[in-house]
Formats: sequence, structure tokens, C-alpha cells
Amino acid sequence: MITRRLLEAPDGGGRIFLGVLVGLAVLVPVLNLALPPSSPLHVPTSTVALWGKYLCYALLALSLDLVWGYCGILSLGHGAFFALGGYAMGMYLMRQIGTRGVYAHPVLPDFMVFLNWPELPFYWWGFNWFPYALLMVFLVPGTLAFVFGWFAFRSRVTGVYLSIITQALTYALMLGFFRNNFGFGGNNGLTDFKDILGFNVQSAPTRATLFALSALALAASYLIAQAVVRSKAGKILVAVRDEESRTRFLGYRVENYKTFVFTLSAAMAALAGALYVPQVGIINPSEFAPANSIEVVIWVAVGGRGTLIGAALGALIVNYAKTTFTTGLLAPYWLFALGGLFVLVTIFLPKGILGLMRKGSPSAASAPDTPPSRLDDARKVPTRAAAGRGREFAKDALAPVRPGAATRIQPAE
Amino acid sequence: MDLSIAKPREITPSLLYLDGVSVSFDGFRALNNLSLDISPGEMRAIIGPNGAGKTTMMDVVTGKTRPDSGTVLFDKGIDLTTKDEAAIAQLGIGRKFQKPTVFDNHSVEDNILLSLKGDRSVRGNLAWARNLGDAERIGEILKTIGLSEERQRLAGALSHGQKQWLEIGMLIAQDPKLLLVDEPVAGMTDAETMTTAELLKDIAKDHTVIVVEHDMEFVRRLGVKVTVLHEGAVLAEGSIDEVSANARVVEVYLGR
Repeated sequence: MITRRLLEAPDGGGRIFLGVLVGLAVLVPVLNLALPPSSPLHVPTSTVALWGKYLCYALLALSLDLVWGYCGILSLGHGAFFALGGYAMGMYLMRQIGTRGVYAHPVLPDFMVFLNWPELPFYWWGFNWFPYALLMVFLVPGTLAFVFGWFAFRSRVTGVYLSIITQALTYALMLGFFRNNFGFGGNNGLTDFKDILGFNVQSAPTRATLFALSALALAASYLIAQAVVRSKAGKILVAVRDEESRTRFLGYRVENYKTFVFTLSAAMAALAGALYVPQVGIINPSEFAPANSIEVVIWVAVGGRGTLIGAALGALIVNYAKTTFTTGLLAPYWLFALGGLFVLVTIFLPKGILGLMRKGSPSAASAPDTPPSRLDDARKVPTRAAAGRGREFAKDALAPVRPGAATRIQPAE
Repeated sequence: MDLSIAKPREITPSLLYLDGVSVSFDGFRALNNLSLDISPGEMRAIIGPNGAGKTTMMDVVTGKTRPDSGTVLFDKGIDLTTKDEAAIAQLGIGRKFQKPTVFDNHSVEDNILLSLKGDRSVRGNLAWARNLGDAERIGEILKTIGLSEERQRLAGALSHGQKQWLEIGMLIAQDPKLLLVDEPVAGMTDAETMTTAELLKDIAKDHTVIVVEHDMEFVRRLGVKVTVLHEGAVLAEGSIDEVSANARVVEVYLGR
């Protein structure tokens, strides 16, 4: 029944999105591996690696859109779950290095030898075993999200306040992971990976496989996310986003719905991180940087909040632009371009790029399950607050959508 | 006004029983030793000038505000002061807000669907599938509130009066034992007000209803027992003609 539910729902756009992802997962490895480099259709390995990375970002954006777009939880710390998933995978990859490290220690990673650690800390045990590492990829970020959500949502922390504590969460983790005695390689993080499941991480076939897996992970996560969003529970999430207290008075335990969707989203972000690390070859504490998490919000806003596909597209487009702009003459202006893009999209394309595309297509009107953009709500915020519903003024953190507010955290009033 | 002296919990015949309830906000006493007794099946109108404590009373009953002191019992002695909004809603108390509060981004149909009595758990609602029973029930309710034609429209696109009715429909869908209706005709035209009065009288046939309203004409049309609140306590109680003739009520309403 669950399978049927997963597959029944995709609408036209969803089917195209899934088709493209599966097509890429098959086609790109073939064009990369089977064709000689001289062929005009050959896809270079560097391109495969680059777009594999973008696909991981797209999955991260999708996970954020699930909580922000559909439940109004503006997490400014989603990079934390991504990085934790990445670290779990990195720990597995470190254990695979074995005696090929600089110090050739059979068990201890190089940085532990360097720091004179006598033995492997207990939390590194088992990470040489892939299934265990994979379990930890989901379990650690998932548990953190569950516990964090349980306390925050039960205490009814919403809006800007919630956004601030998610920032604090990722910042605290960053400071922790920077410390050498934390046991994760300090500011150098984990790197110099050799093998994954016995395959060389640098080799073209491994990279092509990781690319394909990233595309399929994005497709699978999209299927799960849209099944959730289309279910009655998904309608309740939107109800929580728009009228939280009304939903409570209907008898729904809002905190349970929020904790559920936050945990699911964290698991998706973690999967993205785990696929990202073997493709970029390093994970270090800068992945926890608050600015990274804020950038994800921009991807989602650019692509179209509350559309899932738009979030993924936004991540791909912005990151492609970033790669283009940060090389060559235009490099110094990238941050201006990013900021400008965010401002322009917020003002002129409140539904993001996907909203623009949907407006152009004839089926635009027939998407009742797709929540419209929240910019209208953002405009309502001050009036509502003035109308005496002050404590929930932030209306699920629409305030930071305003240009500049995301980086300069401030009360919405 | 001594309706409620020392009633033992277990044998209280009332559906809702408030005794000596007080609530203060920053020194302001919103409810001052309020006592109220609603029998099963009763429809009661509550009137009072601004700041009389009408909305605070509803907040206390629905778990939004905890009283500083006093007893609030529901349905054979369940203590409401220890429960939160969701638990109280699940016990069977529905509430309509003063400002119509519907889910603007959901269709009219989905607004009713989310309100229908049933499983409130995350798991149950993930597994929920469209079914004929729900669809028929939604159809009946939309017919009752006169919104059958608007079934697929977004609730945000409805007129003010239609939103008020939709919210009443959401209350019916919850099938609560007790309905708290806060200013159902605020901002309505005369014709809409009349329709709403009929609607509420219809609902009151098989539900217990408390209506808070400013509109005296509307209250007169309902033709039920009236409680007048003033400064957080009961000032008078009786038929609309009785309370209208009460000298203190006149004084409170017309100023001194």
C-alpha cells in the first residue's frame, strides 16, 4: 500500500522531474565511461563529479523545502544534518584507508596518530563496517533532529526564535568539531580517502556510480516527500504552517507533526551529506558554518518555496551560477550577484523560478495541492501582529525572507 | 447568582461547570471569580461589554489560558485546567474564533476534511486514503452551511460571511459535545445574520452551544437563556427580556 501511495501521486511536473533524474542516472555514466574522450558526447569525469555535488545540494534543498515550504519551520541550521551525515560517511572512508595513511597505522586515522591517541575512541568503533556507517548516517542526525524538535516544538518555539536556535545548533556543532579533542580531525576534518566498498573513490567508474546514486537518492527522496505532502498529514502540515493555533483547536498535536517532518527532513539532509563527502573527498567543520545553511534557504527561495521540485532546481541553478561566477573575472562579485538574485526573486518572483514556469504552462491552475507562495502572508505579518496575535508574530518565520533579514538576525517587528 | 455552591464533582449534572475561576494578566483581572453552569443540550448566549472576559472565558475552557484559581469541569468531572488545546479538542470541545480562522490555502472541502472527527495521529493521517464516507459527510456539512457550490474553491477566496459559515461547518465536522462560538455574526449583513441564527439553532438541536455575541438583535432571535458578564464575573442571567430590564445591565451597557 505504501508503494502504491509513493507512486500514485506524482503529477505531470513530478513525472518529468523523476524521468529526468532517472535518465541522468543512466545516461551520464554511460556517456562518461563508454565514450572515448574524443567523442563530442563524452561527459568529462570532472563534470560528473561537479554535477554529482550539485545533486547532493539539490537533495539538501529539497529537505529544507519539506520543513520550510510545507510546515513553516525555517531551519537556518539544516547544514548541520548534512554535515553530520557527511561525517558519518567520512568516518567510514577514514577507516578504509588502513595502512595506506601517512603513518601507516592499521587502525588509527592519521590525525589520531599525530595527536598521540593510544587507541580508537569508542564512537569510532564499527565505522569500518559499511552497513553500520550507513545506519549512523541516518541515526545520528535523525536522533539529533528528533530530540531538538521534541524540545523546541513542545515548548512552542516558533518563527524567528526557532530559526535562531537552529543557527545556534549548527554553530555550536561547528565549534565542537573544530576542536582536536572532539575526535573528528579538528579543523582539517576527514580527508585523503582511498576506497569506498573496495572501489577507488577517485576513479571514473566510482564517480559515475556516485553521481547515479545521488540522482536516484534525489528521486527517491522526492517521491517520499511528495507522498507525505499529498497525504492528509501533509494537508495538516500546511494547516500548521498557516494557522497553527487553529490546528491545535481541531485536536491535532502540532508538536508531533513538526517533530515528524523535521526528523524526516534531517534524514534526507544527512543522506545528501553522505553522498557528498565521497564525491568532494573531504568533510571539515566549515560545513557546519551558519552561512552554508542560510545559502540553502536562498536556493529554496530562488527555486520556489513549497514546490519540492523548485527547491531542487534552485539549488542546481544557483550552484551552477556560483561555479561560473566564482571563477575568472567575475569572482569578486559573486556575493553581490547572490544577494541581488535573492532580492530580485523575493520581489519579482515570489513563487520562485518554478512559479514562473508554472504560470507559463496551461496546467498552472490545476495544482490544488501545491501551496501558493507565502509572500502574501509575509505582507500580512505586521497587521496580524498588530491585531493582537503578537506572540506568534513571526508567522512561521516569514520575516527572514525579507532581504537582508536572514543574515542579520533581528526581531521581525 | 449562586447557582453553583459546593457541587460535588462526581454528580454534577452539567456539561460544563466553572466555579470561582480567576485569571489575571499583568494585574488586570480578566476573570474575577467567574462561575458558570451549562447543562447538556443547552444553548446559552453570553453577552457583555468589551473587556468583560468573554473571550478569556473561552480561552480558559479550551486550554489556551490556565486559570490562576478555580475549577473547570467538563462532561462528568474531567478537569480541563490540566489539559492542553489538543487534548481538550479531542475530549469534544470545538471553538469558533471571533475573526474567522480557516485554512486559506486549502479548499473548502479540505478545511472540512481536516476538521472531521477521527484519527489525529501523524501515522494515521499519513496512511489516510480518500474514502466515500468522508466525502459524503463533507457533502452533508457543506449543504448545511450552504457552501456546496464552493466545495473546490480555496477557502482564502471566500467572502467574510462564507468564511464564518465554513468555520461553523468545521465545528460541525468535529462533532463536539460542546461548541463555543465567538461572535459568529460580526461583520455580517442582516440577511447573513438571519441565516446564521437559523444555522446555530439547527446545530443546537443536537449539540450544546455557547454563543458569545454583541449583537442584541441576534441574541433575541436565538431566544435562549442569556448570561451577562461584566468585569470578569456574572452580572445577570435570564431571558433576553429579563436581562434587558435589569437596571445594572442597562447601566453597564449605556455607561454611567
